[in-house]
Amino acid sequence: MTATLPPTSSPQLEAPLAAPRPALAHDWRRIARMGSIAAFAQVFIALSNMPVALDGRTMVKPVLSLGYLVLLILPFAAGYRQGHQTKLEGVTQHAAGPNEVVGGLACGMIAGGGLSLLAVLLANFDLRDPLVNWSPILLDTLTFGNAPWFAVVIWLAIGAGAGASGGVLRLLGPRSRRATVTMVLAVIGAAVLESLMVDLADGLRLEALTDRLYAKRGGVTWPGALVLAAVSGGLAVVGRGRFRTARARLANLEGAKRSRANAGLILAAAAVLIVLPLFAGKLTNELLANVGLFVLLALGLNVVVGLAGILDLGYVAFFAVGSYSAAVLTAATSPKISPEMPWLVALIVVVVITGLVGLFIGAPVIRMRGDYLAIVTLGFGEIIRLLFQSDWLSGWFGGAQGITLIPGANIFGLTEVSGTDPRRVFYLVLAFCALAIYVSWRLERSRLGRAWMAVREDETVAEAMGINTVNVKLLAFVVGAILGSFSGAIFAAKVGSVFPSSFLILVSIVILVVVIFGGMGNIVGVIAGSAVLIGVLGGPKQPGLLAEFSEFKLLIYGALLVWMMLARPEGLIPSVRRTRELHQVEMAQDAWLRGQVDGEDGGGGDPQPTVQP
Amino acid sequence: MTDVQAATGPAAAAVRQPLLETRRLSVEFGGLKALDDLDLEIYEGEIVSVIGPNGAGKTTLFNAITATVESSDGDIVFEGRSLLGLDPNRVTSSGIARTFQNVRLFANMSVLENVMVSQHCRTKQHAFGALLYTRAFRREEAEIRQRAEKILEFFGTRLVGYRMDQPAFTLSYANRRRLEIARAMATQPKLILLDEPVAGMNPVESAELTGLIGRLRDEWGFAIVVIEHDMGVVREVSDRVVVLDHGVKIAEGDYADVANDPQVIEAYLGKGAGDP
Repeated sequence: MTATLPPTSSPQLEAPLAAPRPALAHDWRRIARMGSIAAFAQVFIALSNMPVALDGRTMVKPVLSLGYLVLLILPFAAGYRQGHQTKLEGVTQHAAGPNEVVGGLACGMIAGGGLSLLAVLLANFDLRDPLVNWSPILLDTLTFGNAPWFAVVIWLAIGAGAGASGGVLRLLGPRSRRATVTMVLAVIGAAVLESLMVDLADGLRLEALTDRLYAKRGGVTWPGALVLAAVSGGLAVVGRGRFRTARARLANLEGAKRSRANAGLILAAAAVLIVLPLFAGKLTNELLANVGLFVLLALGLNVVVGLAGILDLGYVAFFAVGSYSAAVLTAATSPKISPEMPWLVALIVVVVITGLVGLFIGAPVIRMRGDYLAIVTLGFGEIIRLLFQSDWLSGWFGGAQGITLIPGANIFGLTEVSGTDPRRVFYLVLAFCALAIYVSWRLERSRLGRAWMAVREDETVAEAMGINTVNVKLLAFVVGAILGSFSGAIFAAKVGSVFPSSFLILVSIVILVVVIFGGMGNIVGVIAGSAVLIGVLGGPKQPGLLAEFSEFKLLIYGALLVWMMLARPEGLIPSVRRTRELHQVEMAQDAWLRGQVDGEDGGGGDPQPTVQP
Repeated sequence: MTDVQAATGPAAAAVRQPLLETRRLSVEFGGLKALDDLDLEIYEGEIVSVIGPNGAGKTTLFNAITATVESSDGDIVFEGRSLLGLDPNRVTSSGIARTFQNVRLFANMSVLENVMVSQHCRTKQHAFGALLYTRAFRREEAEIRQRAEKILEFFGTRLVGYRMDQPAFTLSYANRRRLEIARAMATQPKLILLDEPVAGMNPVESAELTGLIGRLRDEWGFAIVVIEHDMGVVREVSDRVVVLDHGVKIAEGDYADVANDPQVIEAYLGKGAGDP
């Protein structure tokens, strides 16, 4: 068995697997616990009205809507998870067998049972009083329009089926498992990206393809789903591991070759991002522009949080200052002064203003540490918004009415970028994102970046090593503020109006979630985080691809964040350093197992590592 | 050595200005006087050991000099200028570096980065240099790197090679202590304060480090103050030994004198221990 195993990326000790466990040899208490957790979560999801609200979005034409999909995920996940075996030296690893399937079935059945119980309760008792969120249609959704007893049976069966398939997934070898997962994800992905694909296909004259793939009223068609699954599964089998080896090879490249490969990748990405919008319609471009605005914000916050380790919960303040100052400087309708500057000229002033505000807020805040600092920034974020909203300054900023009729951004008199043409907005955002990426990339690899790192690690020692921590942190704060103000200035020109309500504390939180989810400290991670969260789920006010989610966005953000903190605290695409910080103990253990650790060298001679990395 | 000892005499002090001087330095924590009217002089090129029982105020002395704790009275003069009221980073940039008793490296930064970042106060390229990638910036980066490598080479093969790029937390205990010293050297000080540099090391390692402390002075020209409990090390390295007890200097002189001082024996072993 071991001989046929593909070589793993890290030289870990692979012990031969023991015989599969008997089908019924389970720790039933564990099964019950996992099932119940899933059941509770299912009931919660149902009562939050998610299944009903999302039922309108078809995923696979006649059979599956998003509403039902969210009810399938948890039994499946619980069924898969229960087959998990702890991998530890000295603990026997069993081969997967009927045991996993039976466990998954039981787990899923309990999870489905939650909904069965809920259906019975809904049918017999009036639960509207304390639980106001669910709509009466929920019962119909659960019973598929039949009597309540049908819901009891069908949800037990669906749960059992989903859970069992989770268990079956354990039976598959790594190759077929990858193929299966790819197939499922491809179909779901195609359904999620439907509007984007259709829009792009329109531009690329590929309507024939999308017409076959998608049904008229939305959703992937049955045959389309099958073909897609077959193609993606085939690709997964053919390209198995090739992607991974390519990536490993890239990571192992040395010096100049590495930077050349990186430059190539960046150029390719840039080319796609420049060409793509030409073929995309308004909808896609609007989406891209929104994602870009948040990428820009997240990149700015990443400098503050990811590089310098200052937990800033009031980052929206700089977004707001950028927007408002751009509005005042460019709009003719600005209440007090209206110099009506061209956008690019105004931008220079905006940068100066925001930089000063960053200094002004930062100076008192930066002397604090940790939790205190976070709370104070939270306060300042609100103070700035309330100032814009206040009657006291309404003569300047229009109070709650804000400033409207802001002209678009005039770029050297060549074009005017405004919300009516999202493609131009996207290009503008792209240019500033490139600038922000360049700034973060350069600064991270400089004397200043190293000082930020040291401050993040241990502020007291950094100070003792001659780093003026106050200045260095303040600089991070100001750089972050200025990057945020770019986003604000573009936002003002794009939307054409600014209101205090656009700068709620929620925006700060969302940006922070994007940074944490994507991978703090890593530029690619931050971009990926924005694309997933803002692009798919939607921003605080911007709809994403799954517009139906808008009502449940925060719930899902929260759930994702909790899951992320448990499973992958370093984020989606983490920075090497963050991973190191969060997994120091495990990494030290791994190094020790591989004999790479630098042992106590008592002999006086220089120690030789047994394995050269 | 004899020349240094001669310079420590009161007559020579008038001729030669001490590098570091504490004048009636006191540090109080609440009612407790951790340091009490301490007068201390350190001369250039000198290795001075500070010893004393636990709680004698040795680390507090280091903390007071590096401005980590506030002095309540007295003065600290370095190269003729008072250090009082300076921030810790200003003290470091004026030429005093230290290590910590409980090793405090930047654990997740690589060995090389630990040394590179400690040159912060000796380098000056700002954000704009980095953003514009100016020639001055690139030259300074190369210099920082070279200097860091040179400092690491001082410790033999232990901290160089593949190990330079490994995070500091993978280092062995002894190597962490060495890296702490490397980091202190990187701030380009005139005076290094070593807080128990051989604590937790085995005899072979501490013997090696003892030699290293001598070389720090001879090859790099640092004045060194060492807090140490290992009397073997103290005897080996010190030009002069200062004994503290309850924040008061109870003895000062070369090792042999101090070791036989009845007050010192009493402080270490209790009253009556010095009697026959």
